[in-house]
Amino acid sequence: MDISRYEDHGQFCSGHAACGGCVEALTMRVILNEIGPDAVGVVAPSCTAVILGGYPTSSARIPFIHGLIETAAAMGTGVKRGLAAQGKGDTTVVCFAGDGGTYDIGIQALSSAAERNEDILYVCFDNEGYMNTGGQKSSSTPHGAATGSTPLGKATVKKNLIEIMVAHRIPYIATASPSHLADLAAKVRKARAIRGMKVLIVVIPCLPGWGVADDSAVRVARLAVESGVFPLMEVENGTTWRIASEQTRPIDAYLASQKRYRHLSDGEREALQAEVDAGFARLKALEAINPG
Amino acid sequence: MNRMLNDDLQLLNGNHAVAWGVRLAGPDVAPVYPITPQTPILEKLIAFQAEGKFDCDLITPESEHSAMAAAVAASATGARVFTATSSQGLMLMHELLHYASGARMPIVMFNVNRTPAAPWGFWPDQTDSLSQRDTGWVQLYSEHPQESLDTVVQAFRIAEASELPVMVNHDAFYVSHAVEPVSVPEAKAVRDFLPRRERSLWLDTGLGRSIGAPAGQEAWHASRREMDAAMARVEGLTREAGRLWGEATGRAYDVLEAYRMEGAQQAFVTMGSMAGTAREAVDRLREAGIAAGMVRLRLFRPLPAAALRAALADIPVALVLDRNFSPGMGGIVHQELAAALYGHGGPRLHGFLAGVGGINVPVERLEALAREYRDAAPTHAPIWLE
Ligand SMILES: Cc1ncc(C[n+]2csc(CCOP(=O)(O)OP(=O)(O)O)c2C)c(N)n1
Ligand code: SF4
Repeated sequence: MDISRYEDHGQFCSGHAACGGCVEALTMRVILNEIGPDAVGVVAPSCTAVILGGYPTSSARIPFIHGLIETAAAMGTGVKRGLAAQGKGDTTVVCFAGDGGTYDIGIQALSSAAERNEDILYVCFDNEGYMNTGGQKSSSTPHGAATGSTPLGKATVKKNLIEIMVAHRIPYIATASPSHLADLAAKVRKARAIRGMKVLIVVIPCLPGWGVADDSAVRVARLAVESGVFPLMEVENGTTWRIASEQTRPIDAYLASQKRYRHLSDGEREALQAEVDAGFARLKALEAINPG
Repeated sequence: MNRMLNDDLQLLNGNHAVAWGVRLAGPDVAPVYPITPQTPILEKLIAFQAEGKFDCDLITPESEHSAMAAAVAASATGARVFTATSSQGLMLMHELLHYASGARMPIVMFNVNRTPAAPWGFWPDQTDSLSQRDTGWVQLYSEHPQESLDTVVQAFRIAEASELPVMVNHDAFYVSHAVEPVSVPEAKAVRDFLPRRERSLWLDTGLGRSIGAPAGQEAWHASRREMDAAMARVEGLTREAGRLWGEATGRAYDVLEAYRMEGAQQAFVTMGSMAGTAREAVDRLREAGIAAGMVRLRLFRPLPAAALRAALADIPVALVLDRNFSPGMGGIVHQELAAALYGHGGPRLHGFLAGVGGINVPVERLEALAREYRDAAPTHAPIWLE
């Protein structure tokens, strides 16, 4: 199992401001190194922006514009078009945003950029809540998870961003996990080579937000993949589906690894298991009818 | 074909005049979202592009919010950027307006002044842009189509020299859709007038510099001090642009226009298309032996306070005509003028809410006003004109 190989060209610097043990910083390291120096970034207010650092420092070697929370895709558009108008159309434009900035307040701009098939790589660091503001729910927060604004557990299911993006027929959509870094690096490499809109959703078990132990975020991310809660998948052009990970274990260990599910009753746990099973089966069915 | 028109004259409405100015200024990128009564600007630019006469990347995002976000980001790469909007669109951009000026992006935006909802209305009213006065944008107000063309070109020069965004405004329909003969300058004259300048900060690979990153208190404070210093240069830059434009085209501009102010005993003070009515009223009053004049404010932000004080220094009465409304306070130009004059003496001020909602203000009404308020003590509360 190749879990950690990626090349480090020093594109992401140490001394950044992430919580100790945060896997978002780890995934940023992989992504920025894979993207390389010929790139310009856009970041929405989020943990990512904090990790990139405040003026006059930056943990990234490439320049970033620290945009507004709902503007990542629109600013990515502007950067790309501005560079292209000046003969620099080959420069990669990467947008970083959280799930709040993507699933919620930024979805309008994201949908518009996708519809225009803008040549940008949009990365959503999906920690399933508004962590920068202290851990409130977003529309990406899963059913049952407790957050600052859903203390009894969220009553509704996680928004299905993948299928929303699929409906836009963009060239590339993928999910990735900090537990599978070589896979993440390969997906970034693949996305970089594609012209048009690319969306990458990376699961980020958040230490304070999910109630995860400092040393276990990678393990929790792996459990998310293996239990089928967060499958590793790719969809190309809306028509070619690939579900690369298998559902190899029940969700019990995944739920037990975090505090946000500890209020659940056995019945609620079973209901969640049934939801995850149904969701995974649906994906496999979509893969079967969309083999490319 | 109108035989009275010279070769360089075209019959253009205000919005098409703006589009001509933009075509000549040659922005690299223009993200624009449609809204009445701005849309003819966008449509004309698209038509120019389709004819192969306008080499600009026109982006059509899903909202003005994203249009301004894309404008900021494109400007951040060093590109020359234009956008246009009106009313609801401008107000939707509000968050980005602060960002654009804070990040020192020399974007030029044309705003067509229109009533803000509710209730819905499509009428000339400057409340939309005046309520953005604290966003750090330079604001200019145009009276007629020719001035709109001339000013949008000058705006690029002012923006790029100050590294501040510039908003040019004209009134809905009265200017945006009014057709007049407009002189379209030579492309070369505009190119010479608008040389490309090196920016002091832009996003590029290999530079490792970011824009807009969270700043500590000292750095944030310094950013506003620098904006303040830049704003302080804008009045001079606007004068310079107006003078050089005059040398190039024969049409010079200043930060304000003083009309028949020699020996005036009272003056109307206004902005935008209302000046046309006021000018006519001044002529009639002068004919009737009443020494009236008019000051038309062209640059509103930064407010040319000293120039206003000088223009009104020896005038006993000033009648401010505001086609805008700040509920709870009244007319915005009135407030601004009162602040500029405070402690400096100056005329007795009267503030009129004139034509709010686009209602007609006849010349006779202004003539009567001048007679009525000739000897009146200053009024502090706003006065509604029916
Ligand atoms: C218009 C606006 N509303 C609210 C905020 C406050 N805000 C800053 S970060 C944030 C949460 C972001 O959550 P998410 O995108 O999920 O990123 P995370 O912090 O979890 O990394 C919010 C609400 C803002 N910056 N702008
Ligand atoms: S709050 Fe969560 S996502 Fe944000 S830096 Fe800390 S661990 Fe990472």
